[in-house]
Amino acid sequence: MSNNTFTRRGVLRTGAIAGAGVALPTIFTASSAAAYTNEPMGSSVTLGFNVPQTGPYADEGADELRAYELAVEHLNGGGDGGMLNTFSSDALQGNGILGKKVEYVTGDTQTKSDAARASARSMIEKDGAIMVTGGSSSGVAIAVQGLCQEAGVIFMAGLTHSNDTTGKDKKANGFRHFFNAYMSGAALAPVLKQLYGSDRNAYHLTADYTWGWTQEESIVAATEALGWNTVNTVKTPLSATDFSSYIAPVMNSGADVLVLNHYGGNMVNSLTNAVQFGLREKVVNGKNFEIVVPLYSRLMARGAGENVKGIHGSTNWHWSLQDDASKAFVKSFGTKYGFPPSQAAHTVYCQTLLYADAAQRAGTFNPCGIAEALEGFEFDGLGNGKTLYRAADHQCFKDVLVVRGKENPQSEFDLLEVVEVTPAEQVTYEPDHPMFAGGALGECNPGS
Amino acid sequence: MDAIILQILNGLDKGSAYALIALGLTLIFGTLGVVNFAHGALFMIGAFCAVTFSKILHSSYTVIDETKTDFLGNPLKVDMTYVEKWFGNAAGGTILDWAVPLSILFAIPVMIIIGFVMERGLIKHFYTRPHADQILVTFGLAIVLQELIKYFYGANPIPTGAPEMFRGSFDFGALLGFDANTIIYPYWRLVYFVFSAVIIGAVFSFLRFTTFGMVVRAGMADRETVGLLGININKRFTLMFGMAAAVAGLAGVMYAPINSPNYHMGMDFLVLSFVVVVVGGMGSLPGAVLAGFLLGILESFASMNEIKSILPGIDQIIIYLVAIIILLTRPRGLMGRKGVMEE
Amino acid sequence: MLGLNKKDSVLLLVVTLLAICAPFILNPFPTGSAMAQFNAGYPDLMQRFVIFGIFAIGFNILFGLTGYLSFGHAAFLGVGSYSAVWMFKLLSMNIIPAITLSVLVAGVFALLIGYVSLRRSGIYFAILTLAFAQMSFNLAYSVLTPITNGETGLQLALDDPRILDAAPANAGSLPYPSLFGFEMSDTYIMSAGAWQFQFSVGYYVCAIVLLVSFYLAMRLFRSPFGMMLRAIKSNQQRMNYTGLNARPYALAAFVISGMYAGLAGGLMASMDPLAGAERMQWTASGEVVLMTILGGAGTLIGPVLGAGFIKYFENIFSKINDNILHQWFAFMPDGIEDIMVTIVHPFIGKGWHLTLGILFMLVVTFLPGGLVEGGQRIGRLFRRRKTGRNDNADSTDSTKKPAE
Repeated sequence: MSNNTFTRRGVLRTGAIAGAGVALPTIFTASSAAAYTNEPMGSSVTLGFNVPQTGPYADEGADELRAYELAVEHLNGGGDGGMLNTFSSDALQGNGILGKKVEYVTGDTQTKSDAARASARSMIEKDGAIMVTGGSSSGVAIAVQGLCQEAGVIFMAGLTHSNDTTGKDKKANGFRHFFNAYMSGAALAPVLKQLYGSDRNAYHLTADYTWGWTQEESIVAATEALGWNTVNTVKTPLSATDFSSYIAPVMNSGADVLVLNHYGGNMVNSLTNAVQFGLREKVVNGKNFEIVVPLYSRLMARGAGENVKGIHGSTNWHWSLQDDASKAFVKSFGTKYGFPPSQAAHTVYCQTLLYADAAQRAGTFNPCGIAEALEGFEFDGLGNGKTLYRAADHQCFKDVLVVRGKENPQSEFDLLEVVEVTPAEQVTYEPDHPMFAGGALGECNPGS
Repeated sequence: MDAIILQILNGLDKGSAYALIALGLTLIFGTLGVVNFAHGALFMIGAFCAVTFSKILHSSYTVIDETKTDFLGNPLKVDMTYVEKWFGNAAGGTILDWAVPLSILFAIPVMIIIGFVMERGLIKHFYTRPHADQILVTFGLAIVLQELIKYFYGANPIPTGAPEMFRGSFDFGALLGFDANTIIYPYWRLVYFVFSAVIIGAVFSFLRFTTFGMVVRAGMADRETVGLLGININKRFTLMFGMAAAVAGLAGVMYAPINSPNYHMGMDFLVLSFVVVVVGGMGSLPGAVLAGFLLGILESFASMNEIKSILPGIDQIIIYLVAIIILLTRPRGLMGRKGVMEE
Repeated sequence: MLGLNKKDSVLLLVVTLLAICAPFILNPFPTGSAMAQFNAGYPDLMQRFVIFGIFAIGFNILFGLTGYLSFGHAAFLGVGSYSAVWMFKLLSMNIIPAITLSVLVAGVFALLIGYVSLRRSGIYFAILTLAFAQMSFNLAYSVLTPITNGETGLQLALDDPRILDAAPANAGSLPYPSLFGFEMSDTYIMSAGAWQFQFSVGYYVCAIVLLVSFYLAMRLFRSPFGMMLRAIKSNQQRMNYTGLNARPYALAAFVISGMYAGLAGGLMASMDPLAGAERMQWTASGEVVLMTILGGAGTLIGPVLGAGFIKYFENIFSKINDNILHQWFAFMPDGIEDIMVTIVHPFIGKGWHLTLGILFMLVVTFLPGGLVEGGQRIGRLFRRRKTGRNDNADSTDSTKKPAE
């Protein structure tokens, strides 16, 4: 078969390389078996901050990253300590976690499941990250949560609002501080009833992907319980940029409320288009036409400019809250970066502190120890009042804010005002609620 | 009926944007033979011309208002614009209000210069290179342009409002003799449609009625012969590139009030506009315009509830489905010529 | 050797050697040093290099040989991934049935799309393939969610049937894809002084598949069939005049290249059992086009180099942050350090797209034949230096087509 001849020199040369190759392993020592994945051996511990740095959510990712850096600074004893001073657990000493200095690596999720998993794997395999956190969409959060479960590290979810994250896709190694679609519905419903009455016809526009569906399901259930009638639910493609052809049919449908189950760029455009079409000046069935945006993001809402004025929605946290913890966080974030933090920044800051605190209390970085310390953990002083990390599904239960677009904003950050703080009991549901059914936590996986 | 008319309006509106972008793309294909993947980016830059111009108009000095406080409890800094200071509140306010239409004046020279620089600095080295190389280099350029915008303006959409008098909507149906309050349409979307009709008309008459346009059309048909006649076709083509860039840019400027511009809006339109160009037929300007409006209208119809309930998800794929059907029944798109970009 | 001429054998040997030693070659910097950021020798990225290499090799069989530019190849990678994950869910965690099914499904899918699309050529063909791929992506993301799990991507679940596998000992955790007992995620870590080298089972499985694919592509390039495909590219009309119908040949190339994509998709799912819809988006199709052109279309090794180049930037540059920059420039005086960080800042982390875009433009402007030509130029430079006497000696050489 072979039609080539090696010259003698060629053979010698390859031989030399092969020889070197054989010789090398003698100086190797196989690494000692660790008790769990990426057990920190040195004087530092590495956390992985996996946020969208490119794509439509890049600004949210950037804000998350700022909050992470702030959290690391506070954990290592720098800065003014932020919410460490108000946190109800005082296990953390400001000397890192368990005496180890906190270091971090960053990555880009691109808001794509694939890229996010690649980035998270690189943190785990290459940088030895003991915990991965971040993200700005539910698809990514669920994908990375699955990966962390398999790899045996803890995942502290960032901004993810779908019911599935702690519903049918919940995982023993994953924890969510952010609220979810069910809670948005439960918190908004009483306010909507009070404002708009119980005899309303709602038209839903829904982003056609998993988050949108759970959001629609939740808000439809909550409003129908008030006695509202659902006129129609229409799915819009994620890639849609112009919503005119979805808004136009709303006008003559007999509906008097439009619910926009959209987030980010979709929300900015659909809200802008709805206002363009004059829906807000409309009077239907003798009532003023209203628009509701169940999930608000202040950062993104800025893109809709004046159109958000007077529009109601819910949010996880807002910088204008006046409790000590929120004030402390806004102060240290604002002093460092010059503008107030977003809800995404707040939630990831909390997640980092909660992880560190759990490790400190457990006395180990072992994911199973940390999971045990977080499960059923009750705390206060992180800006949302009394909060419970429920053991059954790893979801945080805390107060939810109902907000409204401000009529007379004083600055570009002063976009929303808090209308009501819905207490945690009102948004709590059973772990086996039908919207969260299916799936199982499984067992915590410490990896190797 | 009113629902159908509304969707036709929506379709014409969407179609205007598609047609304007596709027009520029076709000009570049037809004259220079270059596949320009950076054309979507030019549209995006146009929109950011509006953003930049209104930022410039809003350039301001700071006054400290002791009566109010900012989020950290310090005295609030209030920005006062120079325009209002110089022209008084009323006139200054009007200028600020009209920032988007005014930025057309700003965008035309900027876009033509960008087009010139692109063509002279980069594209001209790729005339004789394979289309694959052109795709790679223009795609690289598109990434660089959008990343630059992202670096300066961030990733979030930036609200850029229309003038006060064009905000909101009016009863368009009443003009056509329909019942009141059945066909309500936003002002600015109609402005956009009329504007693009004017631009399209201007480009066509320019090519039809000027000597320059005649030479360019001759060059599109047979470049070699025109060259042999001693006409410097390259110089004219450079101008054509600048013009194509300006058309895309103007489409972007006027689009800014419809949907807040963000740095990746060019990529969102890129693929669609290629589909439009090809469906229209390579190298055919009327084809590009026709296909733009056709796909816009079909896309709007497909998103009607009545149609979606029969064919779920049809609004997600309609454009591509139509493209496939047209390309299979008409080998060179709607109005394409033989032998263009078929090798 | 193996039916290859000398030049090809050497190339295959070099590629084999590189593939075997990749864990060493890609980890040149000691762990913990400032330069460790540039190490690429960890399982995930090594697997990605190889998998996208296979994808690009397959794409090049179509584009490099026949000149047909498909803008929808990612669809085949996507269906390959979905088939593999479904196989893991229903049948067994063994990767052999999963990958077999992905190749077959992708082949059938390619046959359907190719049969329709190849009725047109040039840009019309490109848009047809793009349209099919975008339809697949949009539907997978929304309406087809029961099959694809939409936005989240298809994942394994604890209650999947997996009828061929014995019930796992630990019912609370998911099984890993494996090859007759060897789990893909197993990694042996070797420490040598300050260095750490990771030998992953998954990587070596991928590498073996790559070598086989590479060898097959080589044989195909040199075969009469390959010549026929080149004929399509250079002059289809003339080929028709000789009484040959080009379409079946082009279709065969399309299906083969679709099967390569399916293979890549199946491997990707085997390394990390999740299939996301974004894999089918036009940007993913565009990426493989860029990989091939960037590396050198029509050359054998080019697409693999292009794939490595793009994936390296995506995974390494996106992870550099200001903190790391400050570490690098820490040796400089404070003022200069800050200036350096400010200058480099836009190009790293969230700016990795910018760096990639600039490199695309530079490479294609100055190296018309892609990275392969760059390699050849460097090679020529050395040869010239060696001979030293006659500068014109190589002038004939430079007009030759890039080595294949």
